[in-house]
Amino acid sequence: MVLAPADRAAVLALWRKLGTNVGIYTTEALERTFVAFPSSKAYFLHLNLSPGSAQVRAHGQKVADALTLAVNHLDDLPRTLSALRELHTHKLRVDPVFFKLLCHCQLVTLARHYPGDFSPNMHASLVKFLNHVISALAPSSG
Amino acid sequence: MLSAEEKAAVTTLFGKVKVDEVGGEALGRLLVVYPWTQRFFESFGDLSTADAVFGNPKVKAHGKKVLDSFCEGLKQLDDLKGAFASLSELHCDKLHVDPENFKLLGNVLVVVLARRFGSEFTPELQANFQKVVTGVANALAHRYH
Repeated sequence: MVLAPADRAAVLALWRKLGTNVGIYTTEALERTFVAFPSSKAYFLHLNLSPGSAQVRAHGQKVADALTLAVNHLDDLPRTLSALRELHTHKLRVDPVFFKLLCHCQLVTLARHYPGDFSPNMHASLVKFLNHVISALAPSSG
Repeated sequence: MLSAEEKAAVTTLFGKVKVDEVGGEALGRLLVVYPWTQRFFESFGDLSTADAVFGNPKVKAHGKKVLDSFCEGLKQLDDLKGAFASLSELHCDKLHVDPENFKLLGNVLVVVLARRFGSEFTPELQANFQKVVTGVANALAHRYH
């Protein structure tokens, strides 16, 4: 599964614009997921989940780094994300539904902060990109 | 489903929504981002590109209809199944829409609200709207159960 050139270009352009702020937005996406979908907190009971938590910020940065890695390796996501797939699927046993909730909150966050860039085509490209990431992280989710 | 305070927060934000614009944007984005949903709107004409979808007056008109129904639902949050009973019958029995699409449209609407309201669309307000769109999606899917 490969992203079409137009989708790839759109995601790369947005990521360049986000620059070093990817971590801030991914942390917000995580926080939104915890608030809107409280059952998702089950995977993070070992962290301090209060608003503004440094531990949530640290995890948000980890997720951001993985997404940036994915953006820069769109040709081979399964191999690039294989260690993370192993971790999330076999060790942490994360329900793939959680990834979909987090990706939805990532879209909400990006739409909220970049309304002018979040055109319908950009929205579509981001959904395709995030679905590729989910497929690489949790292949059984289909 | 929602506390009195949460209902007030949802109603207040929705009161600021430009219904004819937001409905068209939500429906338009659904058709662009999830192209299989176009199969339910074949009579609308050209939906082949984002420009075609967003320039299509039938999409805008139907989007407004959808959001008007949503607004009515907001007045009956304690009985969404009752509020959407006839629409559920229409979508499930006559139009044969897979209920998964109701959830997709609900989430697209949440994204549209985030885009339009920015910092006002806090995580807490998003959470309230997620409960509403889930309730509406479940009410619309009720005929399948």
